[in-house]
Amino acid sequence: MVYLELFGTFFKIGLFTIGGGYAMLPMIQADVLAKGWMTAEELVNFIAVSESTPGTFAVNISTYIGAELAGLPGAFCATLGVVLPSFLIILLVAHFYLAFRSSRVVSGVMTGLRPAVIGMIGAAVISVGQTVFLPDGLAAVTAYPLLCSLAIFALMAFLTFRKLHPIAIILLSALLGIAAGYLQPM
Amino acid sequence: MRTDLGKARLLFWTFFKIGAFTFGGGYAMIPLIQREVAEHHHWLTEQDILDIVAIAESTPGPIAINSATFVGYQVCGAFGAFCATVGVVLPSFVVIYAISFVLRQFSELTVVQYAFNGIRAGVLALLLKALLSMYRQSPKGAVAYAVMAGAFVLTAFCGVDAVLVILASAAVGLISSYLMKRRAA
Repeated sequence: MVYLELFGTFFKIGLFTIGGGYAMLPMIQADVLAKGWMTAEELVNFIAVSESTPGTFAVNISTYIGAELAGLPGAFCATLGVVLPSFLIILLVAHFYLAFRSSRVVSGVMTGLRPAVIGMIGAAVISVGQTVFLPDGLAAVTAYPLLCSLAIFALMAFLTFRKLHPIAIILLSALLGIAAGYLQPM
Repeated sequence: MRTDLGKARLLFWTFFKIGAFTFGGGYAMIPLIQREVAEHHHWLTEQDILDIVAIAESTPGPIAINSATFVGYQVCGAFGAFCATVGVVLPSFVVIYAISFVLRQFSELTVVQYAFNGIRAGVLALLLKALLSMYRQSPKGAVAYAVMAGAFVLTAFCGVDAVLVILASAAVGLISSYLMKRRAA
């Protein structure tokens, strides 16, 4: 049943994601792409949609996939799934606040989890890089789109390290993408 | 802790506002939570918020949800936690649900496809920046580098399930921190 599958998948994603921002990306990539709920390109597009709409990536993508698959009830089940683990765990933690803060087990576990999340996001970045630069695999690569993507990526990397706001980055790269598309040699 | 309906309603609206006006996720929300919860409503102190964020980072789930639930609980118990969490999630739920009707048709327009070709390259830059700033804040040391490299290789090239990678690195962290402590003792 689709509702249960949405709830279960996003519950697992919520439960095993530690740290904010894109920590969820590796898990979402694995599950959502494997189930065919989105293509790799749609997923990267959605990161941009999520950056330009209110709220966190995790909630945004679960609501979106739920709505796409099964309408409003689907959106509800997926979002409930991704939120519920946090909610229940925080209730527990808040109750045992002091014990949690000074726990040696928690700090030990975190010394492993923090670097692991970075490694996993690194893997997610590699896979997004493949989607951006080699969307149809290494054999089917064509010069013009590859050069455009490389140029836009290089410029945006420079600008984002100069602290340009993410939404400005998205708008600017959209304009450059449109320009590159219409200037394409036939 | 007494459940106070007026306080719970205020919690809901405060977090609804926080959820509606932050773009780009959890970390962007922290200054807003600080302003609303500590400076405006005086529910908690600045130090409380910092502690809550630290815990929100080390528990499963998005930081925004974790912080909202935690603040809600501290302010007025489990019901407060519920109100704050629903409040912070609702704006993105409504906006994304509305977008879901048009995004796919919209994506079929040629001009939008061109725009997304550019946007994907821009997103890659944003991800790279997020990765580097996480790396800068992370603990350094032999174990940390080994876990980082291990998690990277297992996820990127071996197709190992993310849950397994998480569980294994938690175990490595736990064991290594006990060994360190024993050696220090």
